[in-house]
Amino acid sequence: MLSTRNRELKIILGQLYALWLREFKVFLRERSRLVASTFTPLLWLFVIGSGLGSTNLQIGTDYQKFIFPGIICMSVIFTSVFFGSYIIWDRKFDFLKSVMVAPSSRTTVFVGKTLGGMTTSLLQVAIILVIGVPLGINYDALSLLQIISIALILSFGLTSLGLTFGSYIESLEGFQLIVSFVVFPLFFLSGALYPIDNLPPWLSFITLIDPATYSVDAIRNSILHLGTYSFELDLQLLLLFTLLITLIGIFSFKRMKAV
Amino acid sequence: MIIVKNLVKKYGDFYALNGLSFEVNENEIFGLLGPNGAGKTTLIHILATLLKPTTGGAVVNGYDVLHNATKVRKSIGVVFQAPSSDDILTGYENLKIHALLYGIPRGTREKRISEVLKLVGLEGRKNDQVKKYSGGMRRRLEIARGLLHHPKVLFLDEPTLGLDPQSRESMWTYIKEIVTEEKVTIILTTHYMEEADLLCDRIGFISNGKIIALNSPSNLKQEMGGDIVKINFIGDIPSTETFTRFDFVHKVELEKNTAIVYMDEVNSNMHSLIKDLKGVRTIDYKKPTLNDVFLRLSGGSLSGDSPEGGFMQRYAQYKKS
Repeated sequence: MLSTRNRELKIILGQLYALWLREFKVFLRERSRLVASTFTPLLWLFVIGSGLGSTNLQIGTDYQKFIFPGIICMSVIFTSVFFGSYIIWDRKFDFLKSVMVAPSSRTTVFVGKTLGGMTTSLLQVAIILVIGVPLGINYDALSLLQIISIALILSFGLTSLGLTFGSYIESLEGFQLIVSFVVFPLFFLSGALYPIDNLPPWLSFITLIDPATYSVDAIRNSILHLGTYSFELDLQLLLLFTLLITLIGIFSFKRMKAV
Repeated sequence: MIIVKNLVKKYGDFYALNGLSFEVNENEIFGLLGPNGAGKTTLIHILATLLKPTTGGAVVNGYDVLHNATKVRKSIGVVFQAPSSDDILTGYENLKIHALLYGIPRGTREKRISEVLKLVGLEGRKNDQVKKYSGGMRRRLEIARGLLHHPKVLFLDEPTLGLDPQSRESMWTYIKEIVTEEKVTIILTTHYMEEADLLCDRIGFISNGKIIALNSPSNLKQEMGGDIVKINFIGDIPSTETFTRFDFVHKVELEKNTAIVYMDEVNSNMHSLIKDLKGVRTIDYKKPTLNDVFLRLSGGSLSGDSPEGGFMQRYAQYKKS
């Protein structure tokens, strides 16, 4: 009994590895994707960071440093959610069908794909972290561990969100359009660009329901010691959100039409 | 190997499949023929557990497609109509990923991958990205992929669609080889009659979601009523009786100034048939091909009332969603 369960587990792990491997190889071979998606966060970091930074804001630190955690989260938000569009590509070619007809469960397919998207985001975060060094951001082992964990959890949740959209939307154009309505609010309302302590009540409320808020706050806690909430609270709320959206994602994947 | 019983698939008010029943024997190549939108692909999707039938059911390799989907999936390999390999990956990588998806254990994985690569003649190109493959090579890679896990049944949805005549012929050779080497039952859909004639042990004609004929290619051709003789006249054509008075004539169709005569044994009977005819311009004779069978069977639906490309089906799906 145990050995059959072991074997089944081994097969599922193999399936997850296969799905992840495919996304990873595709990502490695399409380097233009990496360059293009790293460019936007850097643009924000340098142009907005330096531009607004020169206006003497009362935020307790250099503005460029202040938005650095937000830019990390931004790159995660964009890459992760837009990763959902690849499921539409897979459906356009019959690749998805060929996966669906294999004896792997939809949950496995969903998680495998999410892991692939997560890896993509993480590589970008790594690039941005390196760029942070000459900007005067100091990391230690703990803060690096914290940043990477937060980025991983956020990207798992948001890749799930993207895949959820991808499982309902049939055209790439539709996906771009609808996802823009999600991605930009997620970013702008997260407090990535401004402190969330003294916001008007209506805005304050919206930032509270944005999961990215807690990621930005957690990373800000970690490297700038400037958080609004405690790191632990941020982490818990983020985990809760990720769990919720993953469940929704798996549910959507299960009822997605295969053909 | 496959038993299909009263299969119905409805999209809104449109019946893609309308009470389909047939059986496929072990180790045969079974051809599914029919005009576009007849329901061939829908049928394959149901048998491959990708689509649920509205009513009715099917059993593949002893497993019910509705209640035992995972077991069915383990028993089948599918090559879809549209290309389904990832063209950024190499041929080998595509196979490896699918070997993992099917849970082929590490010990036998590599051996099996080289086996199927060899079977479809792609060992030399296995480390090239699939986007550098020709259409025929891509198809062959997908067939290799479908065979990885030793399936009992292999579905080929229009395996030679869009291939040049040469690649098509080499594909036929590969398909025949697969049946003997892998001991697999093949279900194949095609629009190419010579392909069906050459490859298939039996053929099922689907039209408007129903099987309207099921037999071996030679029997189907025989059911057409013998050889076909077309006689074109300069002036008026003689009455039907002129032809039907002979025992060897099965049937006569008269159009304008052409008589189409279906008869046995042209070689020995032609003389009696035409010796009394006057004003004959040309005589044309051929053995019936599967193409004639197809045109006869699909009748009206080929020429008009069922729109090209399964449009009604898509429209019905669209309306439903």
